Amino acid sequence: MISIKNVDLIFETNDGPVQALKDVSLEVGGGDFVSFIGPSGCGKTTLLRAIAALEMPTKGHLSVNSKSPDSARIDREYGYVFQAAGLYPWRTVEGNIRLPLEIMGYSQAEKKERIQKVIELVELKGFEKKFPWQLSGGMQQRASIARALAFDANILLMDEPFGALDEIVRDRLNSELLDLWMQTKKTICFVTHSIPEAVFLSTKIVVMSPRPGRITDIIESTLPSKRDLNIRDSQEFIKIAQRVREGLKSGHQDEVL
Amino acid sequence: MKFSNFIYNFFFVGNFFPILTIVTVIGIFWYLVALPMNAEKVERKFKDLNATEKIIKSWNLEKPKLPTPHQIVNEIVNTVFYKKISSKRSLVYHGWITLEATLAGFFLGTALGILLALGIVHNRAMDLSVMPWVIASQTVPILAIAPMIIVVMNSVGITGLLPKAIISMYLSFFPVVVGMVKGLRSPDQMQIDQMKTWSASSNQLLWKLRFPSSVPYLFASLKVGIAASLVGAIVGELPSGAIAGLGARMLAGTYYGQTIMIWSALFTAAFLAASLVITINFIQNITLKKMAIIT
Repeated sequence: MISIKNVDLIFETNDGPVQALKDVSLEVGGGDFVSFIGPSGCGKTTLLRAIAALEMPTKGHLSVNSKSPDSARIDREYGYVFQAAGLYPWRTVEGNIRLPLEIMGYSQAEKKERIQKVIELVELKGFEKKFPWQLSGGMQQRASIARALAFDANILLMDEPFGALDEIVRDRLNSELLDLWMQTKKTICFVTHSIPEAVFLSTKIVVMSPRPGRITDIIESTLPSKRDLNIRDSQEFIKIAQRVREGLKSGHQDEVL
Repeated sequence: MKFSNFIYNFFFVGNFFPILTIVTVIGIFWYLVALPMNAEKVERKFKDLNATEKIIKSWNLEKPKLPTPHQIVNEIVNTVFYKKISSKRSLVYHGWITLEATLAGFFLGTALGILLALGIVHNRAMDLSVMPWVIASQTVPILAIAPMIIVVMNSVGITGLLPKAIISMYLSFFPVVVGMVKGLRSPDQMQIDQMKTWSASSNQLLWKLRFPSSVPYLFASLKVGIAASLVGAIVGELPSGAIAGLGARMLAGTYYGQTIMIWSALFTAAFLAASLVITINFIQNITLKKMAIIT
């Protein structure tokens, strides 16, 4: 699905070059749920943006669905959910979900059918005609996810989509996201800085550390793919969370030395 | 809402009393200033009147240096309601001539402003080169340019409405360019990236994101633009020796020392400008409400 080999990414800034990613290699298989976790500045968002062809790697090789990221973008192979919901205030929930479908030129009937389907999927039924300002933050983010699901992309890239939400809403959206992933069988790349969120959601956890941004650990989750929130109390969950924490810590020790 | 509530709100909640206060203060000031300004003429013409009579005279002279508000209102009522609309002495006739040029110039100016803004936002060369010229164009006094436009267009046989509309356009395109460039650039990087992830064409980016985002900015510009258009149309009437229009009326008043005529044309122009701005405000409120944009 996504193959990253020895990718370096350097930003040229006024204060000189900044190495955002250093020698990053990763394979994401079809149907995987991969979380990127690390402190700010570790390059997790940059890596996601490079996959989406919003940034260009300086060195190395990156392919998405065996294409270059940019051709994958042009062929609309992925949906991207940003940190902020970014809904258009002058469009209703329905209108916002219709936006990418309009851009991609779906037929009238198909637009209607797809909007119906994803609105049910994210449980926003009854809110189709509401404007963004009439929705809570969590509902706005659901609408934003629905918008990324509305077209036929088999990859979903999510950049801290629940970062601005409170923990209760976040838990709920996390389990909904898991259900959604099971139903749609999409490949999901998910950026977060919450350890429980990463462990709960992922089949693969990528631990990153800053200056320069690099991968310190890749953890294959041993949790069953069907999970509910109670799994967070299990021994296995705690063990994985511990390993993530250690990965984060080791990244910081490097920095001190 | 109950009628009594409406009355209460009108007088005590809205801006009725503040406005009334200011108008009263200006009125009193005006009548006071009229006394010394018109004193010389009163002294010359009516030597043997007592002080009270002199005061009343100085407020009701036929050709005063400073006409008083009631004289101006009288003249406006006379020339608006008691003259046939087609008459050359009707202010409605003159007002309409100016309004025509104003609206034509306003539409031309808005179109030019939007086109330039689109060019500036979409073309790097235009982005770097056009803005200084746009700003320079507004530093040249319009009074210096207006006669040249009239003369040049006259020489190729274009007279009447169009030369005035062009001068109007010259003033009104500026706020539209500035506002629209800002408006079209108002979507943030995330929204633009989002469009990129859907591989939207630049046309789609313009129509679905940039243009709707710019609507509040556009209306703010249009309000400035339409007032500037009216000024342009009036200025356009001054050097052309035009015989019709509010500008021509002001000029004629100056020639014949008809100060009341000048002031009534001025008041009409101010009233016209206010009505135009209020109309645009009204359209803005409906549009933004329809677009569910809260400002």
